[in-house]
Amino acid sequence: MQPLPLDSYLNRFSTAIRACLGLHPLVALCGILLLAGCGGGGGDNTIQIGEYSSLTGTAATFGTSTHKGATLVMQETNASGGVLGKQIKLLTEDTQSKPEEAATVVTKLITRDGVKAVVGEVASGRTLAAAPICQSNGVPMITPSSTNPKVTQVGDYIFRVCFTDDFQGDVIARFVHNSLNLKRAAILKDVKNEYSVGLAHYFAQSFKQMGGEVVVEQAYSEGDNDFKAQLTAIKAADPEIIIVPGYYNEAALIVKQGRELNIKVPFMGGDGWDSAKLLEIGGASMEGTYYANHYSTSDPRPVVQNFVKKFHEKYNETPDAIAALSYDAVSILMDAIRRAGSTDGPKLRDAIAATKDFDGVSGTITIDNNRNASKSAVVLASGPDDRQE
Amino acid sequence: MGVHATKVVLLAAIAISFIVSLFQSQINPYFLQIIIYIGINIILATSLNLINGYAGQFSLGHAGFMALGGYTGAVVSTTLGATPGGSSAVIILPLALVLGGIVAALAGLLVGIPSLRLRGDYLAITTLGFGEIIRVVIQNLDFLGGARGFTGIPKLTNFFWVFSVVSITVFVISNLVNSSYGKGFLAVRDDEIAAQAMGINTTKYKVVAFVTGAFFAGVAGGLYAHFVSYINPQQFSFIRSIEIVVMVIVGGMGNTPGVIIAAALLTILPEALRPIAEYRMVIYSLSLVIIMITRPQGLFGRELSLRSLLGRLRKQAMPV
Repeated sequence: MQPLPLDSYLNRFSTAIRACLGLHPLVALCGILLLAGCGGGGGDNTIQIGEYSSLTGTAATFGTSTHKGATLVMQETNASGGVLGKQIKLLTEDTQSKPEEAATVVTKLITRDGVKAVVGEVASGRTLAAAPICQSNGVPMITPSSTNPKVTQVGDYIFRVCFTDDFQGDVIARFVHNSLNLKRAAILKDVKNEYSVGLAHYFAQSFKQMGGEVVVEQAYSEGDNDFKAQLTAIKAADPEIIIVPGYYNEAALIVKQGRELNIKVPFMGGDGWDSAKLLEIGGASMEGTYYANHYSTSDPRPVVQNFVKKFHEKYNETPDAIAALSYDAVSILMDAIRRAGSTDGPKLRDAIAATKDFDGVSGTITIDNNRNASKSAVVLASGPDDRQE
Repeated sequence: MGVHATKVVLLAAIAISFIVSLFQSQINPYFLQIIIYIGINIILATSLNLINGYAGQFSLGHAGFMALGGYTGAVVSTTLGATPGGSSAVIILPLALVLGGIVAALAGLLVGIPSLRLRGDYLAITTLGFGEIIRVVIQNLDFLGGARGFTGIPKLTNFFWVFSVVSITVFVISNLVNSSYGKGFLAVRDDEIAAQAMGINTTKYKVVAFVTGAFFAGVAGGLYAHFVSYINPQQFSFIRSIEIVVMVIVGGMGNTPGVIIAAALLTILPEALRPIAEYRMVIYSLSLVIIMITRPQGLFGRELSLRSLLGRLRKQAMPV
């Protein structure tokens, strides 16, 4: 049989690769394993802090922001002489946006690299997979932006610096009910996303307690592009406001398509809306929308303005809330190490737990008895003005 | 090797895993974790190999069976209130694993029967869809935690349980396919019409392959759930199924030792490549591409014996 040109090309290619790799791909694989197996260790004059974040995969933008915020604190701290006379070394591992990877890398950071504390993750699913490992090894962990209430219930070594979904749901409900004075809400949530389902649940709970009414609840799945069917059903129920507790990419499309269907009522979301992409996708249709957030770049407090300026100098972009929270998480950790005077697990845990009125970018943070941050939230109107709640 | 001899090997393997588990605390937890993942992946890959490799039914729904086993096991052990290290764990974990396996096997029966009319690509798509259905249903069940996941599963899985199950899986599957009954699987794979003409009940063989494969996938899911102690539906997406299929294909379809080695290699590879950070998945994928170009039949082809391996090495050393 006459070989096709492509076949003969492939054949030659495979022979070439075989020649390069030696006799058997197995041999080559073993070679790669051996080469990669050589790792490094940490010195005596550094304090190693582990960071796990979703640098690749579906939530890569969040992971990258987290990493930028954490790196900024580390560089600032080291430039000003470090902590306890030692330099800080941030060891970062990628979770590929997968929970099982999060568990693996945190085990590695703690047991192989010997980190003294762990910072991470954005998504609660991955934080929940890693938290039991930190707890059982007695290594304190601070999550910058996992809002699921279950995270800190894992144990006394697990802390967070952001508010929880129930608090955020309540803020949205209060804003809708008291500030906007609206009583009939519709919910359009992302059933595939634990954050969205949770936020929708807590919003509905608070809103009903205040005497509001959820007239219709519709759902979509992460990755959908067309929401006209759900929006038409919502329009038929005639709500006064539509709550979209999802992420920015779908939320922007939802608002845009809602306006196309001539829905004039306001839309409102949570901190998942916080991204420059929101206005990029939604454009002019984002007029008359609101979202709850962790901080506002226009906050005049010096700590916020200083952070925004430094972040812009280093990365040439405006920091989002995820970066601000990660900055706060690592800053609180540095502060706690200073106060504890040690990186010993139980001492560091107690120092983090004793954090009180910490002047963070995302507000004044006090760690409460449940190891959650008690702090304020901000409601932003999609536009130049923003209001404090 | 006769059945009697393999039984001895099985008992020896279980005994060895028990002895090793006594020294479990001496192993660095990170390495132990990788070793346990290797074990779980071996169970998944060898059980899928029964369906894909031996019976020749291309299934893409293995993660779905795994999810069923994982969730069932988690419900069983949390309701019975097992604690890690407690004496009750010795009874509760096997119970959770077996029940998880049975639920998965029933699902295997469910998907097996209607899928029997289908072959090749059509079957692959049906099983893919079925796996996704399981995941989406779990996602919408509130008592299982829905999209927020199932938390607080006791961490009962250890080296002993994983490698005992690995031994049992390999024992059952290799005895099944090496028995005279098991030759039927190969007949169905090689030529379904001819097999039917020879009086082989092809339907029954396919269902047996599906049910057995699904059972072990369910058990693997249970081990996994009791190891990571937190599961959510996203962990069982079709990407997981694809990862298992890749292990089977790289190891060589219908070659149990090959598949075992491939499962171990493909679990270690991404970890070993961790120092090169974001590029590791590129290298990982590239090695898969290279393997597929140089050895489309898998690393070890259909048969793995020392003689054939040596012969192959000799052949490759010679110019093509």
